[in-house]
Amino acid sequence: MTDISTTSRRNFMKLAATAGGGLVLAFSWTNTLASAVMEVLDDTNLASGKIDFNSYLSISPDDVITIFSPNPELGQNIKTSFPMIVAEELDADWTKVKVVQAPLDTNKFERQVTGGSGAVPHSWERLRKAGATARQMLLEAAAKRWKVSADTLTTENGVVVHKASGRKLTYGELATEASKVPVPTDVKLKDTKDFKLIGKAIRNVDNYEMITGKPLYGLDVYRDGMLYAVIQRPKAFGMKLKSVDAAAAKAIPGVVDVVTFKNNVAVVGTSTWQVNKARKALKIDYEAEAPLESSSDHDRIFKELLSSKEATVRRKDGDVEAAFKKAAKVVTAEYQCPFLSHSPMEPMNFFADVRPDGVELIGPIQTPERARADVAKLLNIAPEKVTLELTRLGGGFGRRLYGDYVLEAAELSSIVKKPIKLVWTREDDMTGGTYRPAVRYRFEAALDAKGNMIGYKLRGAGINSGNPTREDNFPSGAVENLLIDSIEHQSPITTGAWRAPITNFLAFAEQAFLDEVAQAAKKDPVQFRLELLDKAKNAPVGAIKYDIDRMKGVINLAAEKAGWGKKEGVSQGFSVYFSHRSYVAQVADVVMKEGKPAVDRIHAAVDCGIVVNLSGAYQQVRGGVIDGLGHAIYSNLTFKDGAAEQSNFNNYRLIRMKEVPEVDVYFVNNGIDPTGLGEPALPPTGGAVANAIYKATGKRLRNQPFINQPELKTV
Amino acid sequence: MALYKLQINGRSYEADVEPDTPLLWVLRDNLGLVGTKYGCGIAQCGACTVHVNGNPMRSCAYPVSAAANAKITTIEGLESNGKLHAVQEAWDEVDVAQCGYCQAGQIMTATAFLSKNPNPTEEEIETAMNGNICRCGTYHRIREAVALAATKLK
Repeated sequence: MTDISTTSRRNFMKLAATAGGGLVLAFSWTNTLASAVMEVLDDTNLASGKIDFNSYLSISPDDVITIFSPNPELGQNIKTSFPMIVAEELDADWTKVKVVQAPLDTNKFERQVTGGSGAVPHSWERLRKAGATARQMLLEAAAKRWKVSADTLTTENGVVVHKASGRKLTYGELATEASKVPVPTDVKLKDTKDFKLIGKAIRNVDNYEMITGKPLYGLDVYRDGMLYAVIQRPKAFGMKLKSVDAAAAKAIPGVVDVVTFKNNVAVVGTSTWQVNKARKALKIDYEAEAPLESSSDHDRIFKELLSSKEATVRRKDGDVEAAFKKAAKVVTAEYQCPFLSHSPMEPMNFFADVRPDGVELIGPIQTPERARADVAKLLNIAPEKVTLELTRLGGGFGRRLYGDYVLEAAELSSIVKKPIKLVWTREDDMTGGTYRPAVRYRFEAALDAKGNMIGYKLRGAGINSGNPTREDNFPSGAVENLLIDSIEHQSPITTGAWRAPITNFLAFAEQAFLDEVAQAAKKDPVQFRLELLDKAKNAPVGAIKYDIDRMKGVINLAAEKAGWGKKEGVSQGFSVYFSHRSYVAQVADVVMKEGKPAVDRIHAAVDCGIVVNLSGAYQQVRGGVIDGLGHAIYSNLTFKDGAAEQSNFNNYRLIRMKEVPEVDVYFVNNGIDPTGLGEPALPPTGGAVANAIYKATGKRLRNQPFINQPELKTV
Repeated sequence: MALYKLQINGRSYEADVEPDTPLLWVLRDNLGLVGTKYGCGIAQCGACTVHVNGNPMRSCAYPVSAAANAKITTIEGLESNGKLHAVQEAWDEVDVAQCGYCQAGQIMTATAFLSKNPNPTEEEIETAMNGNICRCGTYHRIREAVALAATKLK
């Protein structure tokens, strides 16, 4: 290959390497009001005289403020939101802030994890303190230089001001002196009403790289001498490798080696296409080592589990059996959700270079610390010998909590003794496991003659689901007699956390069932929920682990904004859910189009505490709603003899633009510290939509995906 | 292996690859143009969209042997003289991206579409963009950015 363009190969490698290195690609961004100033920083530029204040922050004499963002960015906007919090307390000039993705560094940072909607709640105070501490040091340096009291000084937009004399110094001018000031231990944080940056719509700090195609993701990592690798794993869950004939594969041009480890057959070579071609030429025999399960088996297993005596009791309040005996009316319904693939748009991949002097890992992972520890253990070396640099993640949705592909890359590099980039194909990704578990629920509600819910039973039965209930969530605490239990079938099919784990399907089932109960009680669904919450407030039953007022707040806001009960020609469904510390209520508007129900609009009322970045927050809510909607209606992963029956986007359906309704978003402004937003908008959507479809058609949708349900086909 | 001469973003490139190699992998593995993304490999998601003679093309299912005499534009070639294309500007102003992985393909589909239909209706935008999957669900802002870009191009 000869490259005769003016963009030299060397330059490309430098760019690719720096993207992997994560240290030098940054650009100057502005808020939505100012004109965009973008630049790609050169590494020498960034290195020039920058003075570290703390793990998050350095300031250079020419007023460039570098803020390190430690957590993996997968689209939840953390790489923009974290630095905003630091910059707010620093009173920095936002247009002069450069954001840099920090590598894994357990000495500098805590909880470098993306998961559980927890990054902002966990780091809110420490990020504020990081900014405020540096600001205080700058104030004290200016006070010393001007021989005035620090109390007489103020800051604005990256400048320390002495109002009495009109003197000013920029942060850059003060940085060297300020860095020598003893670090204050007790700094005053801003009053939230004085926030200038937090709460504004600030553009994504990686916009320029993303819209111009700069190397940014794990798949874009390139190193000299690097080989590409793909792995053929067993084609069904429950199978193991028996024998391999790699002769034909090794004869394919570009193939360097074929190696076998564990149940994997890896092809290593000089291009992605050639190693994939060679992989198809492998002749491999597998044998069963566990049952090869099909979806029809699971349907039978669910029925057994729902009537089993072996379930684990998760919560028990009062005397449920007595309540059901004296009930005037009993409502019973079962709900089921299928396995789902995470399907982030960037398939799994990782770069690994295992050398005698240490191990270099680069790529997309939500849990870098655990991945490093696992690699160190696998290779029997000290974790300090392993570096891990984070690339931007092309989506995660929970899949990249699991570092199986990092371990594969490291083991493969250690075997072939070369730097390698392991690439999963889309088919590997979809058929390779760690799915959202399939779950079936049975709900029972006992009503007295006045329509009060006096008894409530929930049985959750799942395939490798752990406990598929959230026993302390609403309506627990609002019902005198309650029993929640769960039971699990252990399967060779691997499962894991999927955005809003458990609640992504539990909320649908529960909120749709409560709609059925409200109907049986002849009560308005919103009023029914509010009455239950009043009951939980006034006469709580057992422990209550959700905030009743915050839940009522979003219910009332959603009902008001959606015009609940006041709209002509629209069928509305209601849903509310508490997950990951935040509260979201949704109203779905369904209209009939050509005789079929169509979701026209979803109104979402959100209480996540203080909104950090309004632009990113809108994205999280709209994206969560679309995620919840698309998977409830369309997506379905099934099994035949242990193998996934869907393998790519031609037979596994994701929602597309034409299928997306309008989504209106409303935030509760209550000034409490942020409580997380990556997941909570997703869980309520399926229930709101199912309830609206019921109103429009009289058909209850109790199983996902909706599109496969006979109830919908006969409308 | 065979030597292919390619015209990409107004520059000449050569790549010594197998004739059936999809343009996507030549761009990424051989030429270092990694802005074009691999998403599905079977022309279903649109992440790999490039322009071939001005038309949107799924480079994951387009063999290099077919590309030899074509004028190819990738996401790296949209900027001219250091100035962003109007579609890229709109993408920044509307702040479209979440994870961002699909957005290069979205932008390439949008630019090809607007060059043929400079005054699109909302429905025409949705039809044009329906072949590109965004797993994060940025569809509202994609639609908004395409509409904004149309006004910028006037």
